[in-house]
Amino acid sequence: MRLAALGSTVQRAASPAYQSSRAAGALRRRLVAAVLVVVSLAMLTVYFREADNGPMHGVQGAVASVLHPFQVGAERIARPFRDAYGWTAGLVHARSENEQLRDELQLLRQQAIQNSTAAQENVELRQALHYLAGPTFPRDYETIGASVISHAPNEFEQTLVISAGGRDGVTVGDPVVSSKAYLVGQVTKVAPRSSKVTLLTDEDSAVTALAVATSTIGLIRRGEGPESSFVLDRVPKDKIVRRGDTVVTAGRRFGRLPSMFPRDIAIGRVKDVNQSDIDNFQQIQVDPFVDFSSLNSVWVAIPKGGTPRLP
Amino acid sequence: MIADVLKTGVAFFAAVVVQVTIVSSVAPGGGTADLVLVTLAAVALLRGAVFGAIAGFYAGFLLDAANLETLGVSSLLLTLAGYWIGRYGETTGRDRAHAPLVSIAVVTVLYVFGALALHGMLGESVSVQGGLRALPAQILLNLLLTVPVYALVRRLLAPAGRVPLQEVEFS
Repeated sequence: MRLAALGSTVQRAASPAYQSSRAAGALRRRLVAAVLVVVSLAMLTVYFREADNGPMHGVQGAVASVLHPFQVGAERIARPFRDAYGWTAGLVHARSENEQLRDELQLLRQQAIQNSTAAQENVELRQALHYLAGPTFPRDYETIGASVISHAPNEFEQTLVISAGGRDGVTVGDPVVSSKAYLVGQVTKVAPRSSKVTLLTDEDSAVTALAVATSTIGLIRRGEGPESSFVLDRVPKDKIVRRGDTVVTAGRRFGRLPSMFPRDIAIGRVKDVNQSDIDNFQQIQVDPFVDFSSLNSVWVAIPKGGTPRLP
Repeated sequence: MIADVLKTGVAFFAAVVVQVTIVSSVAPGGGTADLVLVTLAAVALLRGAVFGAIAGFYAGFLLDAANLETLGVSSLLLTLAGYWIGRYGETTGRDRAHAPLVSIAVVTVLYVFGALALHGMLGESVSVQGGLRALPAQILLNLLLTVPVYALVRRLLAPAGRVPLQEVEFS
């Protein structure tokens, strides 16, 4: 007699054949996982050690090129929704920001009148002195507009991927600015049709900067606070920096750190200046002009005369 | 089986594109959801450890290529995540309604710590403070995503048939 049995409470010894197939299954499972882990580690090691034009980088570029049209398409579809999200989130601070901007506008109008006179005078004096200036932005740079097609995969990396790459003339080290010409970061990896941009908020980023009002030079780097704020570091205590001063790129090297950025790209505004007895330098907090969390498109600045090299 | 592989391949391709272009740019509460990890959890729970590990490897490869990150980092982490979730689904979490939620909460924490450790070992400077600060929001967002994504993946990959009734012979 043959009966179907399900969920029997009677304990039976497993047959040798069953045990052997179970053991084989477990072995196969572990083998597959181990092989995949080893392949991942091998991939990681080769990629990490090879040059930027190595085979693994080539594979990555090819896969990124396949993904590129889908990313661009998805980004276009998502943009209105993302803008709506940003707009709604921005409403929270709109009222206080509006008042602040009105005051600022008044001040800037006065400054603009003074600046236009000074600029004209500056041109005349340069001509008279035959002054040779270094490359400045945007005059000595070509700009390529690119949309942001990928954001950092997690919170502890400050990078994004843009839709312009080596085929468009982008090279490693090119400065990247926002649509309002504020400094965003620099290109750190280039694929044929996309590039990776390391933001100024990254732990590795630093740029020589200048507080415009007093011409004080320091080093802009990521701050310790929860918000994306910067610090203007290495400013001696005898130098004067005032709250509200605009900070721009200095376009020069600082110690052994070369500046990859052209002069006069706006970075932010001095928020707070403090000094303590134990520190050698001032503690200067800077609010960036760019909202790094809502970048949709950027401009890559490509030097007209090639990437500047230091002697 | 081939149909499952094809469907999973397309699902992860779409998940990676949506993750890198849309989900990563939205950070309510300071954290971002991880659609790829949630999809992987659903696939691994429904299809087991081997399938989960292979799917994790594939998803990680796509993710690293799309973000121009070091190839192999995400593959390694997601392979381990897929394998672990698959084993959990095959053993302790089998037929338990809360298995997707438990597995995603645990694996989100492990994934973040694993990624921090791996990037640290590679000499890349990472903001540990930033990563840990975003962790609670990320867990919450992943849990919120788990319910619809699991339902969707369950529909996509119809659950494997139960073990057929065994025939017992009485002599």
